[in-house]
Amino acid sequence: MKNSFMDRLGIRWMILGLIGLGLAACERPPMESQQLGYRGTGTVEINNPRLQQAVLAANKAPEPLPAVSSEGPKASEVYKNVQVLGDLSVGEFTRLMAAITQWVSPEQGCVYCHANNNFESDDLYTKLVARRMLQMTVHINSTWKSHVADTGVTCYTCHRGQPVPAYLWYEQPAPKQGGAMGWRNAQNTPATGVGLTSLPYDPFKMYFLDKESIRIQSTKALPSGEDRALRTVESLQHTESNYALMMHFAGSLGVNCTYCHNSQNFASWSGSRPQRVTAWHGIQMLRDLNLSYFDPLKPTYPASDLGPLGDAPKANCATCHQGVYKPLAGASMLKAHPELAAAPAK
Amino acid sequence: MIEYQNLFTRVQLRTNSHGPAHTGLPLPRGDFDRTGKPSYLYWLGKFGEAQIGPIYLGVLGSASIVFGVLWFWIVGFSMLASVNWNIIEMFRQLPWLALEPPPPEYGLRMPPLSKGGWWVIASFFLLLSVMLWWARTYVRARALGMGTHVAWAFASAIWLFLVLGLFRPVLMGSWSEAVPYGIFPHLDWTSALSIRYGNLFYNPFHMLSIVFLYGSVLLFAMHGGTILAVSRYGGDREIEQIVDRGTASERAALFWRWTMGFNASMESVHRWAWWFAVLCTLTGGIGILLTGTVVDNWYLWAVKHGVAPAYPEVSPVIVDPALTQQGASK
Repeated sequence: MKNSFMDRLGIRWMILGLIGLGLAACERPPMESQQLGYRGTGTVEINNPRLQQAVLAANKAPEPLPAVSSEGPKASEVYKNVQVLGDLSVGEFTRLMAAITQWVSPEQGCVYCHANNNFESDDLYTKLVARRMLQMTVHINSTWKSHVADTGVTCYTCHRGQPVPAYLWYEQPAPKQGGAMGWRNAQNTPATGVGLTSLPYDPFKMYFLDKESIRIQSTKALPSGEDRALRTVESLQHTESNYALMMHFAGSLGVNCTYCHNSQNFASWSGSRPQRVTAWHGIQMLRDLNLSYFDPLKPTYPASDLGPLGDAPKANCATCHQGVYKPLAGASMLKAHPELAAAPAK
Repeated sequence: MIEYQNLFTRVQLRTNSHGPAHTGLPLPRGDFDRTGKPSYLYWLGKFGEAQIGPIYLGVLGSASIVFGVLWFWIVGFSMLASVNWNIIEMFRQLPWLALEPPPPEYGLRMPPLSKGGWWVIASFFLLLSVMLWWARTYVRARALGMGTHVAWAFASAIWLFLVLGLFRPVLMGSWSEAVPYGIFPHLDWTSALSIRYGNLFYNPFHMLSIVFLYGSVLLFAMHGGTILAVSRYGGDREIEQIVDRGTASERAALFWRWTMGFNASMESVHRWAWWFAVLCTLTGGIGILLTGTVVDNWYLWAVKHGVAPAYPEVSPVIVDPALTQQGASK
């Protein structure tokens, strides 16, 4: 009798334990939901208000340095080897350098880029990279307003006080496999970049570097011969890569699919939210940046800064967004540094 | 004294103390013997009958198990190889792992073993195993003098299985269209199919399949609930009660006639259940077979035929930015 009672108690604890295990990865209710589209389309954003605070705190823009006069001699006239932003006054230039130190290398200081107080020297590769990144920042703010609007970006948008931004991507080698049998088809490994799914783990090279077509859905109801020729591109396996990229979007921006898309039809632009157009320009922007700025920097880096396959670090959505749909919760640091929006000097 | 009342009794039927366990009806001439000495398991008796065995293996069953085990081993060893033969990692990553079909560039050709060849081999073994098991359900039913309803219901499920792994890939001209053998990967495949073909919910055969799936669940609950509710009156002994008044059978019928004005008969309710279950995979298979072969975008198909509703625009109306940018890459 006693044994049977203990048995039952044991089974109850076991069931409770299993329920606990099963729910361990869940967030407790209530969630906040916000309707963003017409009723019935599922266009709803769901957020956990208890996690929002921490996300916002982690994405807070620092206070800007006090503004200085644009009068006086230009930086390029006073300092040697000023290849970018030489049109700024010495005061503005020095203020920007101080800000960059705060944004990128607050612990390492000026010497992270400038060799032994010889400010004109290009001996350190970090200075060469920093110069190219300054050009890129100006390029983004002046030619990619379709994505960054007037909010713009600064070094801090990605760096957040770290010499190397927290979210970068490299081409990924296949996980070590045991012989021919272990072929994974470049998927089926829990990769953080694609939300720990079993989807293809490297959609970034495909879409943010090789410019492969993301449009896998047919624009006609019925198939035609023309469509059949595209079968390889529009295969189900290619669709999974697209899906992986979309998981990256959602994870990087802290949103659901329906933040941009109408769940009735993901490809249809009618019924999509305007944010989808912004995201489309973001894809074009990343392709431009990775091809024109990040990838060509490969010879500049020491081997230790390159990826496992020897490629340069590159950007994806997470590099700037870091979990929120407007980086730094929409705060514009560019306003205090309008020099970073100027068209590059020829 | 404990009396065996009905199918729902909690009393377990055993013959240990009264003689040897029953091995079943005599077999027709030419059949193998049944295998295994019957035994009893208390916990099994909580869910069904406590007696285990004997089992009839026969040629079909044995061959089916052999090919099924071959499939299982190929899938399992492929998963193990994909984590570099690390058994702990295999269990850790098990939901993510799969044996993947070949990439699209191989079409219907035999790919190298290192690019999905093992998938083709494993699929061949699984096909053999499933078809042999179907033949077994048919032959065993005949041997017992039963109808072959179970075999034909199983055939409906096999139809869907064949559409997914054989008929549709062949019509599409590529093994890459088939489903991977893995837990999450086969779910990814399912989502990808809907995404690629413009939302499978607008596929009318998918709609029908859902109707019969949910319908089966509803019927199962209604019938199971009804019979359990009248088991105190011997509701399982349907046929012997069917002509009498005040029996479990009549109460069960009256309950539904009074609740919704109509009731199935004790015979017809099982036909309802059988057809709902069979039609679920039958219509589902048709829906998958049409996807990509004769319909390329179910949403646009539904718009064309007035099925998909048009919703008012709430956000500012947007257009495809690729159309407004001359020469922009898509």
